[in-house]
Amino acid sequence: MIVALVDIVLLILMAATAIAILRLRNLFAVAMLSGFYSFLAASMFVVLDAVDVAFTEAAVGAGISTVLILAVLALTRNREKIPLRTPLLPLLVVVITGVVLLLATPEMPPFGDPQSPANRHVAPEYLADTVPQYRADNPVAVGVPNIVTTVLASYRGYDTLGEVTVIFTAGVAILMLIGGRRRKHSAAPKDDVDAA
Amino acid sequence: MKHHRVLRVISKLLIPFILLYALYVQFHGDFGPGGGFQAGVIFASAFILYELIFGLENARRILPARLLELLMALGVLLYAGTGIASLLLGGNYLDYSVLGATAAGGQHLGILIVELGVGITVAATMITIFFTFAGRER
Repeated sequence: MIVALVDIVLLILMAATAIAILRLRNLFAVAMLSGFYSFLAASMFVVLDAVDVAFTEAAVGAGISTVLILAVLALTRNREKIPLRTPLLPLLVVVITGVVLLLATPEMPPFGDPQSPANRHVAPEYLADTVPQYRADNPVAVGVPNIVTTVLASYRGYDTLGEVTVIFTAGVAILMLIGGRRRKHSAAPKDDVDAA
Repeated sequence: MKHHRVLRVISKLLIPFILLYALYVQFHGDFGPGGGFQAGVIFASAFILYELIFGLENARRILPARLLELLMALGVLLYAGTGIASLLLGGNYLDYSVLGATAAGGQHLGILIVELGVGITVAATMITIFFTFAGRER
């Protein structure tokens, strides 16, 4: 009952924040509100018992990406241009997607259902290898109490390696695009002048 | 913001705790929520706070661009290197069971090293991205 109430309040706040983000033209306010939206999403994940995801959402979504957007805003104008055309096509796409999602939702297994396909595939094996209490006769293969960490770092180690590589690539890309190594460009015209 | 005394004093007070909390999240990720990714972001936020208050010049003195670039690559190499190590010890790539005396011990060690790699790369990358944007003139 209380959980449902918290859910409803959080969802209403999220919807209100999203609408405010859509309507505002001041990008500074939009940046702060998107941080707030991420914080609400993190609260939602806490209600859903996904604390690791909530932690990431709070640290990355509400924290660092807001700061990065603000850093970018310092370099650009902080008012969005008013669009010239009415966005009818995007509205149509969004409405159709929303209807499809709403129609598909009743087909989903109930939240936390142990018999749902997602919970019957490899999850029992992961639990058995990780949690000693899960299967008494099993010599525990991993034995790390936080199963999320086990799945991320061990069972799905390849995925996480890929993710780290993506972050590394993002850093390298930023450095290549706007990193400070511009000595060659600024030196080149000078040389031309000297040569002339 | 160097001239705001309140901000200066409070941020100096906060930064050690932020760093300590990041280390806690990093090395306690096996037991509670958290892990390398979150820890790296929290670690980076301490340096971003320092940069905001004391300016890019001072922040660059602590973390030169060269060091950050090295750390970014070091994290990924630590991760990938753990996989190579498990290959050399006779296991599959990223199979940590062969790293320790027992399978569970090896998994513990492998996860710890790999998470450290994630933390280092994430922290260095986030700091690099922020410093790069902050160092750019309008």
